[in-house]
Amino acid sequence: MKPLSDGLLRRLRRVADLPDLSDSKYRLIRKLGSGGMGNVYLVEDTVLRREVALKVINIPDPPPDLTARMLREARIIARLEHPGIVPLHDVGELPDGRVYYTMKRVQGSSLERYSKSIEPLSERLRIFQRICQAVAFAHVRGVIHRDLKPENVMVGGFGEVLVMDWGIAKLQEAPDEKAAGGEGVASDDFSSGPQTRSGTVLGTPAFMAPEQARGQVEAVDARSDVYALGAILFFLLCRKNPPLPEAEPAFTKQLAWDLAAARAEDRPLSRPLRAICTRAMAWDNSARYDTVTALIADIEAFLDGRAVSAYRENLLEIARRFLFKYRFLAGLVLTYLIIRLLMIFFFRP
Amino acid sequence: MHDDTHIGGAGSRFPQTRGSAIIAARSGDAETRNRGYAALVAGYWKPVYKYIRLKWHQSNEDAKDLTQGFFAQAMEKEFFQGYDPAKARFRTFLRTCLDGYIANENKAGKRLKRGGNAQIMGLDFENAEGEIRELQLSAGTVPEDFFERESLRSLFEVALARLKEACETAGKMQHYRIFERYDLREDEAEKITYDQLAAEFDLPVSQITNHLAYVRREFRRLVLEILRELTASDEEFRSEVREVLGVDPE
Repeated sequence: MKPLSDGLLRRLRRVADLPDLSDSKYRLIRKLGSGGMGNVYLVEDTVLRREVALKVINIPDPPPDLTARMLREARIIARLEHPGIVPLHDVGELPDGRVYYTMKRVQGSSLERYSKSIEPLSERLRIFQRICQAVAFAHVRGVIHRDLKPENVMVGGFGEVLVMDWGIAKLQEAPDEKAAGGEGVASDDFSSGPQTRSGTVLGTPAFMAPEQARGQVEAVDARSDVYALGAILFFLLCRKNPPLPEAEPAFTKQLAWDLAAARAEDRPLSRPLRAICTRAMAWDNSARYDTVTALIADIEAFLDGRAVSAYRENLLEIARRFLFKYRFLAGLVLTYLIIRLLMIFFFRP
Repeated sequence: MHDDTHIGGAGSRFPQTRGSAIIAARSGDAETRNRGYAALVAGYWKPVYKYIRLKWHQSNEDAKDLTQGFFAQAMEKEFFQGYDPAKARFRTFLRTCLDGYIANENKAGKRLKRGGNAQIMGLDFENAEGEIRELQLSAGTVPEDFFERESLRSLFEVALARLKEACETAGKMQHYRIFERYDLREDEAEKITYDQLAAEFDLPVSQITNHLAYVRREFRRLVLEILRELTASDEEFRSEVREVLGVDPE
């Protein structure tokens, strides 16, 4: 037999990895990319005649319960109907046993790339708010993302923000269902098979809460996502990755140092904004915001010029904020007072 | 690099072990052990031979002897018993053993026909030698990277040989020929469409795509099967699959 040329070898590697869609309604167009959990392909849904993204979980020889677990995961993600979460269309199994999903094809760029082009601080914070809203919704439905990072947030052509890659998400009892006494979902960890055992580190180090980085699966909850959101906020404010949560107090010091050195629109970041980021990224999860909703509330308060829960202001700061918020009114009053003074001075009887 | 004889024949059949050949090679049962060794030899003899030629600058004859000798001694002295999947990949371990073996041989000045005398299976060295000539190696080739790449090439060659055999057995040679024509074409620039294939094989396009899907599925299965045989643990297997099949998007 003739030896395989390098070109042929490359082609065969691709061929061996291609999903076999011969018995499905999908037609393969091309590969879009690959990640830790699998490969993503652009395919055509030949029935609906639309292009969708197909993700194949690339775990060969999966353990027997994996398919069932993946199906369950798909069903749960399918419940996350929110404008900020990529909708899942279909789930199935390839003839070789690999599980696949199809989901909306998202065109745009990752937050990592997109953030380089946004200058105004308020716009960065508005995008951040939209990310938080999607995550808050998932939390209400009992789903913890566990791998939030700028790479996993897409900003579409019309400015829509989408939180992607729920592959290593964790399912907890959904608070809304618990309150409503509905069909509760038992606390479980439904990411792919053996990778979720306690002690196994899942996620991306710079955006991973300390408890997650230590592999304490049981300790990972909504506050771990709050940490990751804080890390995304840090990324948006400082335009770089946050320090790695390796050891205290070095981590907190570095965080404070970086935030103090950051500038937005040629001005240092305000203390309340730095405090919001610091609180979201607190080393100890009990010191963080309890919920993403609380984090959103603080961001909203900051944007509206109100006091934020993460920062206790002194009187001077309250006055300054008040004056800044009502600067138009303050200007009018001041003008009135000046005119009044001038009148008293010039038109004294 | 191409001045001498060749030994062995076309014996490139890959013995199936139905599991890890590494574990089989450490078995207490002689028959299982032999089968495991035979599978490892079949999977690695070619990269080993080429690596000896490149890194150790041995002549064709000496490289043949050293290849045979290495595998013979690995079996005799149970080299692979010491392999720990937690410490390194088997391929790396094998290469380290090989370097140690050749260094010892050189040190002792034992450039004997040791391997040649202990020929353990018919290996088509002429074919391997021809491949070295075709590869047109540059002076900057790193031997360790070369060994990795050649191991991969060997794996796919073995998978293709098995695929052809499986298609023959299943009476699906037409399927294989379509695969050969479409996926194994040498000319990168040649663009073949399904319509062209359909005309060439006198089949409807849907059948062409189905046949192609069948062979590709089989091919993937066989690649995974061989990888399973050439690894010792689930973790190593999965990591190898990611490495072997984890190719960049086009």
